[in-house]
Amino acid sequence: MEKADISGLPLRLEGDNVPMVSFKKVTKAYGDLVVLDALDLDVGQGEMVTIIGPSGSGKTTVLRMLMTLETINGGVIYVDGEPLTHMERGGKLVRADNRHLRKIRSKIGMCFQHFNLFPHMTALENCMEGPVHVLGLSRKEAQERSEELLALVGMADKRNQHPSRLSGGQQQRVAIARALAMRPKVMLFDEVTSALDPEVIGEVTNVIRQLVGEHNLTMLMVTHQMGFAKDISDRVCFFFGGRIEEQGTPEELFGNPQKERTQQFLSAVKEAT
Amino acid sequence: MLDWRWDFTWEILPRLLAATGNTLLAAGIGYAIAVVLGLVLALAQRTPFKPLTIAVRESVEFIRSTPLVLQIFFVFYVGPQFGIRLSPWTAGMIAIGLHYAAYLSEVYRGGLESVPKGQWEAAKSLNLSMSRTYFRVILPQALPPSLAGMGNYLVGIFKDTPMLSVIGVAELMHTANAIGSETYRFLEPFTLVGIIFLLISLPTAALIRLFEAWTRRKLGLG
Repeated sequence: MEKADISGLPLRLEGDNVPMVSFKKVTKAYGDLVVLDALDLDVGQGEMVTIIGPSGSGKTTVLRMLMTLETINGGVIYVDGEPLTHMERGGKLVRADNRHLRKIRSKIGMCFQHFNLFPHMTALENCMEGPVHVLGLSRKEAQERSEELLALVGMADKRNQHPSRLSGGQQQRVAIARALAMRPKVMLFDEVTSALDPEVIGEVTNVIRQLVGEHNLTMLMVTHQMGFAKDISDRVCFFFGGRIEEQGTPEELFGNPQKERTQQFLSAVKEAT
Repeated sequence: MLDWRWDFTWEILPRLLAATGNTLLAAGIGYAIAVVLGLVLALAQRTPFKPLTIAVRESVEFIRSTPLVLQIFFVFYVGPQFGIRLSPWTAGMIAIGLHYAAYLSEVYRGGLESVPKGQWEAAKSLNLSMSRTYFRVILPQALPPSLAGMGNYLVGIFKDTPMLSVIGVAELMHTANAIGSETYRFLEPFTLVGIIFLLISLPTAALIRLFEAWTRRKLGLG
């Protein structure tokens, strides 16, 4: 695998309108299999970007790289102007060490397809864990913040329940509160409704809708819910074969797709639903 | 004919019960060492530092593949040649603690591997440090599936304490043997030893099962 050249990339992004998240020539490969091919993607401050596409198109990998759950093979990811995957040493970008990763990672929160709540902790304890042990809040402060967020996602009355006592939709709402409790600037939603029964999808999408409306969060979402994506996104990116095949506003992309692959994908999805 | 003498039985019982205290002490100390050291060995095998991982894994394999009695002899009789002179108790505790630590590390390893990958990812997404991730997230979930195996080895270490008699630790077996040598009667002391072991092992196994269920409930995993 040839490494993408990063020497031309800036040490940090400066100026007006610095994107909150910026992928520059980001490449990811597993052995010979190239999952993402020199991806360039900017997400503006407060923007809601949805990624759609067939499975294996690399869309989940985009989120996982941003959360540093996957390393990258080439390029640089910037968050809030600062490099995430790299750091500056002697005027050059070198691979980020753990300390740097932890510092920049604190700006990002993520919700997973399978919720990944800590099963041995109650809903409230799940939300308090990060604020107490990472942010160093007092238990009282952390509890107040967590209870507020659990109320926001409509889970205040279940705060003392363990995840095994909650439905999928309820668990996902707790997971959203848990991520928000860290006060991230960027929220990532990785197929958060894919593991849910159809009748509870709405309770999760409504929470996300509310976040879009009331909070100035930058969000990146991978979803199969086309209607939902159309409703709430500022921009939709259609991924195919590790690249952005087409992107635009929901009206443009869903209403008048230009590329043949986009048209095929959208009509296949329409047939399925 | 079976020549069982009750008067002799009652006479030696206090001495054997006193030795039972030593047996329990040896099993307790040995197990405490094994529980802590086993966890260290299990975690050491998960560090990204390859030479350490390989050294620990091979040592664990070595300990598991050689007899306990040999290890006891080795620590006690070969140690002095390297200037390490230990009392029978100390040598015995080191040998049996290390031996069972090797077995327990495998139990922990299984428990650690049973924790889903998503738990690690969630911990990372919350920016928890590596030690917090282990102590707050991973170990509490790795422990319940390890408890059955841990319980088996608790009974196991208890039943292996007679091996310490070979270097002169005055536990049950050693005492029974001494009584036999003094009186030329072996039937009663050895029978009593068997009964005492049985009376301790069986309830212990039952208690472990209760503890397992209680832990799962307590951690909300039940």
